[in-house]
Order: sequence, then structure tokens, then C-alpha cells
Amino acid sequence: MKIGVVTFPGTLDDRDAQRAVRLAGGTPVPLWHADTNLHDVDAVVLPGGFSYGDYLRCGAIAAQAPVMQTIIEKANQGLPVLGICNGFQVLVESHLLPGGLIRNENQHFICRDQTLRVENTSTAWTNQFQLNEEIVIPLKNGEGGYIADAETLKRLEGENLITFRYVDVNPNGSMNDIAGLRNAKGNVVGLMPHPEHAVEAGFGPDMPEAMRSGVDGLKFFTSVIHSLVNA
Amino acid sequence: MLNKKTATNVDTTKEAKNTPDKHQPWKELGLKLEEYDEIKTILGRRPTSAELAMYSVMWSEHCSYKSSKIYLRQFGEKVTPEMTKNLMVGMGENAGVVDIGEGWAVTFKVESHNHPSYIEPFQGAATGVGGIVRDILTMGARPIAVMDQLRFGAPENPDTRRVVDGVVAGISFYGNCLGLPNIGGETVFDKVYQGNPLVNALSVGALRHEDLKLAKASNPGDLVILFGARTGADGIGGVSVLASETFDSTGPTKRPAVQVGDPFAEKVLIECCLELYKAQVVAGIQDLGGAGLSCATSELASNGQAGMRVQLQNVLLRDDSLTPEEILMSESQERMMAIVPKKDKAAFEAIVNKWEVEYSILGEVIKEPRLYINWGDEEIVNVPPRTVAHDGPVYDRPVAEPKYQKALNKNTTKNLEKAETPEELATQLIQIVTSPNQASKNYITDQYDHYVGGNTALAMPDDAGMVRVDETSSLGIAIATDANGRYGQLDPYAGAQLALAEAYRNVATSGAVPAAVTNCLNFGSPENPEVMWQFKQATAGLADGCLELGIPVTGGNVSFYNQTGDVAIHPTPVVGVLGVIDDVARRIPSGWQDAGHNIYLLGTTEEELDGSVWSEVIHDHLGGLPPKVKLQEELKLAQALQAASVQGLLASAHDLSEGGLAQALVESTTRFNVGARVFLDELEEKNKISKTAVLFSETTARVLVTVGREDDVKFVGLCEQRGIPITRIGVTDTEPTLEIQNIASWPLATLKAASEATLPELFA
Repeated sequence: MKIGVVTFPGTLDDRDAQRAVRLAGGTPVPLWHADTNLHDVDAVVLPGGFSYGDYLRCGAIAAQAPVMQTIIEKANQGLPVLGICNGFQVLVESHLLPGGLIRNENQHFICRDQTLRVENTSTAWTNQFQLNEEIVIPLKNGEGGYIADAETLKRLEGENLITFRYVDVNPNGSMNDIAGLRNAKGNVVGLMPHPEHAVEAGFGPDMPEAMRSGVDGLKFFTSVIHSLVNA
Repeated sequence: MLNKKTATNVDTTKEAKNTPDKHQPWKELGLKLEEYDEIKTILGRRPTSAELAMYSVMWSEHCSYKSSKIYLRQFGEKVTPEMTKNLMVGMGENAGVVDIGEGWAVTFKVESHNHPSYIEPFQGAATGVGGIVRDILTMGARPIAVMDQLRFGAPENPDTRRVVDGVVAGISFYGNCLGLPNIGGETVFDKVYQGNPLVNALSVGALRHEDLKLAKASNPGDLVILFGARTGADGIGGVSVLASETFDSTGPTKRPAVQVGDPFAEKVLIECCLELYKAQVVAGIQDLGGAGLSCATSELASNGQAGMRVQLQNVLLRDDSLTPEEILMSESQERMMAIVPKKDKAAFEAIVNKWEVEYSILGEVIKEPRLYINWGDEEIVNVPPRTVAHDGPVYDRPVAEPKYQKALNKNTTKNLEKAETPEELATQLIQIVTSPNQASKNYITDQYDHYVGGNTALAMPDDAGMVRVDETSSLGIAIATDANGRYGQLDPYAGAQLALAEAYRNVATSGAVPAAVTNCLNFGSPENPEVMWQFKQATAGLADGCLELGIPVTGGNVSFYNQTGDVAIHPTPVVGVLGVIDDVARRIPSGWQDAGHNIYLLGTTEEELDGSVWSEVIHDHLGGLPPKVKLQEELKLAQALQAASVQGLLASAHDLSEGGLAQALVESTTRFNVGARVFLDELEEKNKISKTAVLFSETTARVLVTVGREDDVKFVGLCEQRGIPITRIGVTDTEPTLEIQNIASWPLATLKAASEATLPELFA
């Protein structure tokens, strides 16, 4: 399976996302922000970072990049797209997912091992999880506070679009403890925490069994491969 | 500051010849009369104002090392061939380069950004990170991690909060945005840093041997290209004015002299440079940091034993009103200068265009060892580059042991009251582990990304940071930095060695083999003989210590004039040790993860409380002599840890330093919530020391380890065979409490919460 990983100027976790794809058994394909060609990839990851310096507003400039025009078009046709952190912000700015992301409640950048509850497993990126499974994924962001108007929140809850919720600690003041969302079709998923940093024992988050042993993030990538194989 | 001039009214070399007696602001630019006269002798005329700007900034203490040079030489002299055999690039370049095997090399360095960080903490700290990262990039390496060594004033002083907030936010902002994991560092509070915080930043990078780049321009005809951010008015004179003057509350405001950083521009510049290296289109490269273009042009030419012709009007500006002198001195960030063969011009342009990085061709390399800089048709600089970059003044300044030194050393902790009852000892333990210097630093380090890159094997609060370099073989490196200004004040020679010993020990506890040393020497004014004595002692101590441990100094940085008014900071030589580990999967954690393991203290504990955290927190006392330096014991201990790590015998290892055994016990238990039952009576009897010393002595060459039952006999045998003193002091336990028999028992949750509450209560 060919999974594209987009690099915008200022993207930081692109090589990490490529590694995650590889460890899950896929083939990572680097995609360049200025290139509208997706090179026949079967799915796309928008990795974390500070695209275009996050000037103006996080993800706002990236949403206008040439590569995003193709990704938006294909996503609307069903192409699996995962937005991680800055990638989630790009998805929101591209209107592939609703709402917005603002400065963390405590005004600081936060880096921590975060527990999430998987609340929806019928997506391209979460089908290998158990419903309500609790997973540990590193979170690192400055602007991760999820906001939406009351009507949108009601719709997200009612249509079961909230895919991940923060457990124990809501680190950034996100409304309804929202850590991640999916679109109605389930092909587009975005979240603030970083699954690509929890794919390899020795380099992941601390777990009760052993330090840095968490690999819960790998299932995001095996999920998309599973969904593509069974498509 | 230079007078503003219109671009058409420039001081040319022709003008300089015609007006030999024209008054020039050499004094305002920080030059001494002898230095100004020396410039006139070199040139055979008065310098133009552009030349004066270049010399003044390049001959400043910060750039020329004029007061420290005679002492820094010993780092290159006190070495053995064995020590330097893996050194690919030694001192003098932007950063030293060490061969770590498998075709990989590593470059690392620590640098100060102290004065800008007091004036403007956010930008000062941010550009400190940016500057050191560009030094690493310049060697041809991909930067792979950063660390920070921070020293602030008294935590309760209201101004400390301003500095802490700004510095931490600046590092977080810049480092996180660059995508470099922050893997460790130090945070220390002491009133001696009140008006002069220390903000040191370390970066490490990895490269394949064949990718090594040097800052030199040697082939005539090669193009001189400036690329990256545009040149603006920021940091003009920052180097000479900021780094060479002491703060004086009555002086003029120097705010505009601090540079402003754009980490996004730097991230793009890093990726752009790495692509240029890969395409092999640069013959030499230099970053623009302190002294900007003055430094880059003269150093590249001088290093290449060649010259350069530069058209200054080709520099792309953010502000068109800049004078030629200002352009030469500007310290605008995120700029690089490349030397590019003409045949590679098109390839170079394609890559910088891909990354949308602006560039301009300033001129070319010439055979004649002379630096010519023109402003349009007018020649404004015509100098031998070596005289600017390398042959600056060298001073052997007067030294004198401080008048207070003997009295300070006599004022020991011997007569300070020591706790005897369990209740008193327990109270002191809590006071110590929750004091700002000993408490958890999570409040700060949680603001740094330590995950990016996916190669971080250890990070704070572990003793050392560790990063994988090769994903296939798992080859990696470990780094630890240390300094203790209180020890330095009591004995600067020993203080430097103690910093070295602790960093060395920290690397060894991670399972890595110590391989090389970098340093950032933070001191007061070199014009004060007492400070110069401290500097002389510290550099001798460090050089002698490195020789004894068999690891070379690969580079470093000196920061003088760290003082407010006449009061110098404590001598604070920050020492960084780099270690190599063949397989990062073998790394030893510092926290305890399993119950039922034996806890051993390796080394001997002595009654060493002078200069300790105990003396500071409990008695607000500083006097006596610091703990004894035991480098032979450190060597043996490191080798034993190494052997035990290779055989997989260690479940954890944590070095004992500030706060002694008590601190290590609290950190090891609270890290992963694994309890312990500890008995210290044997330690007290065997070493014939007080209970206070058992808990809080800072005797060196000690490590706390835990060993699984199945490895116990083997590990004890290994230590005995190597003559390492070993005492079993307890077992780890499923019960989440720390029980020190005959003293007290604490739930781990209580200890952790207390330790983590200190910094947020002060600064959140």
C-alpha cells in the first residue's frame, strides 16, 4: 500500500510518519506541498509541525497549498486522510473537519504522554482498535484547544463523529474533551496527539510495563492498510 | 554606535588615506587605544568606518577570545594520541567532530546567550538555540537534538519570573518549531545570577564522514553566496556591545541590540542546506552569527588562506536605510554564507529556489589573501582577512587569588547543626527534595518536544539524554551536561573537574562510553584579576581532568562579563560529555520499574557537606571545600557500569550528586511509582559518617543501581572483582511507598506531588 506523507515548509514529523507507515507494512511516498500530483497513493498523512511557520493561523496557509487542492478533492471522493496535530489544524482550515483549534488553555506548549479513549472504530484509521479502548499517545502542541459552536458540538456528538476523547487529563481545554474527529464517511480523521510517536518500542510513551514502550499508534497505520486491502 | 550616513556618503579607503587624522569612535565601539593603533599599523592608514566596525566586533572578547586564548590552548596540548584518534575536527572550527564508528560522526557544542537573555529573555533564549543549531549545521551535520543549561536568580525575586517565563517560552518556541528534540539540561536558581542569568544552549548533529564541511574559501573563482533571511537592523553591535559590557542599571537601554528569531526560516534553511550538501554543490560554508558578515567573510577567507571580493550592495535588505557599516555588523538570524564553484551555480540555485530561500551572489574568492569589500564603485574595506579573524589581540591578564578565598575555605560545615532525630532528618529530606533546585523540573521540560524525530531513547529527567543515530544498527549517542557554581566558588579548579566528573558519570550511567567534551565557561569580568584567577584555575582543572579521564575537549565557548555591578557570578563552567552506545536498546533507565530488585550503592560515602544542597537549603551556608575529585574512581566505576550494561545486569542506574542519596532515592522511586524499603545503618557504620552525611553528602564517584535477583550474584562479583565498593541498601517494592528504616516512610504519590508542585507554585 502506498501512503503519501505531505511535507510543507515547516513540517517536522514527516520522517516520523514515514517510519510509522513502514513499520505498519506500508510504503511511504513523500508528497511535496507545491506539487498537485499525489503519485497514485492509496491514502495520505498530513503530519505535525509548523507549516509555513503557522503564521496567520495554524494550518491556514497550508490549507491553500497546491497539494491540498488535490487532497481535498480526493478526500471528498473517499481517499483516506489522517491529519496529525498541525495536520488536524490543516484539515479544519480546509473544512474537511468542522470547528477550530486555539491556544492551549494554560498558554504553554505541552508535551506529555496522553491517554485517549477511542470512541469510534468505523473509520479508515481506527478499525483495528476496540470500541472505548484506552490508548496512550504522545501529545505535543501549543494550539490544541478544540472549539466549535454549540450546534456543531451537538451534531458531532449526535452523529458519533467524535473519534478520540482525552481521558484523566484534558490537557489543552478542548471542548467536550475532544482529541480527534472523523468525517461522516470515516475516511478523514484528525487528532491533536501524535500516533507516529508511538510505533516503536524504546522510543514511544511510557507505559505501566516499561518506559518508552508504547506502540498504540501503530494501529492507526495498520487500520488504513486493513481498510484498503478490504475495500 | 556609528553615525547614520547616507548611502552615497561612505567612508572609503581613498578617503581614509586622505584624512589620516579624522576622529573615529574606536572607544565607543569597545576598542582600546593600543588596539586602534594596531589596526592602523596593520593597514598603514586609519581604518575606514566599515573596517573599524569589522575589527571592533571581531576583536571583541566574545569573538576573539583575547583574554581566554592563552588558557584555552591547554585543551589542545594536554592530550594523548589515544584521546585524539577519533577526533575528525578539533577546536577552532564552528564545532568539534567526533568519529563514532560505522561511518558516522557526531558534532556537538554548547554556547552562551546570557546577556541578550536578560535584556529580552524570549528572543535572547530563542536565538541562542538558533545560533548553536546553525553552528552544527555548518559542519555538514543534520542537527538531531538540543539541550539547555539555565541559571536564574533567586526564585522568590519578582524579576526571576520574568526571565524564567521568557527564556523557557523562547526555547520552547524556537526549539519545538525547528523539530529538534530537547533531551535534557539544567535549571538552577541562585541569587548570584539575579542580574545576569546564564542561558547556555547545546546542540548535537550527526553526519556521514564524507559529508563533513569546513568553513573555508580556498578556490579562486568560487562564488560567495549569502542565503536565508534578509539582513536587517537587528543585533547591530550586539556582539561587542552586549557580550563585552557589564550591565549597569544607569546605562542607556540596549533593547534594540537583541536579535529576533524566526524558527520557521531556520527549519527551511536546515532542510535546504542538507539538500545542498547532498548535491555536493558547496565547497565551504559558514553560518552568520555574532559579527554577521564581518565574521563570515573574514573567517572563510582566512581559513582558506585566500581572499575575497565582495559587493556589499548585493546584500538583500529588510531595511533599505542600513549603512554599509550596519550591514557588515548586522546579526540578523537565519542566514548562511556558501562558497560555491561556478559550475555548480545552477544546481545551487535550483535547490534554494525549491525551498523558496532567498539568496544573492556577493562576490568571489580570489587568490590574493586580501578581503576587498565594495559599496558600489567605492572600496570600503581592504584588509588582510587573517588580521580580522584570527590574529586579533591576545592578553595575558593579571591574576590574583580572591582576597576572600582563604576565609571562605575555612568556613566549613563542620560546626553547622546536624539533625539527629528521625523526625528532623525526615523534615530536612522533604525540605531538600522540594527546594526549587532539587524539585521536579517537569513544569519547564513539559514545554519542550522530546519526541520529534522518533529517535529519543532517553530524555529528562534521566541522567543523560540519548538519541539513536542509525536506525538500522541502533548506534546512538548520549549527552549530559553539568556545572555547580557553588563548588566553583569554593575551588574553581575542583569545580570544573567536578562538573566534568558528574557529566562523565551521567553518561556512564546511561550505558554509553564517554568519548568527548564540550564546555561553556561562564565567568565574571576578565579585567578583574580575581575572576581571571578563577578562570585560570577552572581551565587548568578541566584540561587536567580530561587528560586523566582520557577524553578530549572538542570545542566550546567562553562567556565573560557575567556580573551585575562589581559582583561576579560564581565561576560556572558548564561541561558537556558525549558518549557513544553501540545499541540504544541497551540503555539503562534511571528510574525504577520493577519490584523485588536489590538496591545497591556503588562507591564510598564520606562526610562531605561543604557546598552541598543540604548546607544551602537547611543552613543558607556556602563555605569550606567542595567534595573531593576522584577521577580514578570515576573511571573504574564507568568501566564497571559499561561491563554490567553489556551483560544486561542492570535494571537501573542513577548518579548521586546534588542532594546526595536522599535525592536519588526520591527520584528513582517517584519516576515510575515503584516503591522501596531502604536501610542505611550499614552505610553509616561502614563509612563512619553522620546520618546527615548518609542522606545528603555529595561525595563523588557514587551511583545507585538496581539489579534483578537472577543477575545479583554476577553483578556483585563484577563489582568486587573490579574493586568497586558496593553496599546493598534495600529492595524495590510493589508497595508505592519509600520507606527509609528508622527515619520515615512516605507514600510515593505524596513525594511526587510535593516535588512537582514547587515550580508551578513559583512560576505558573
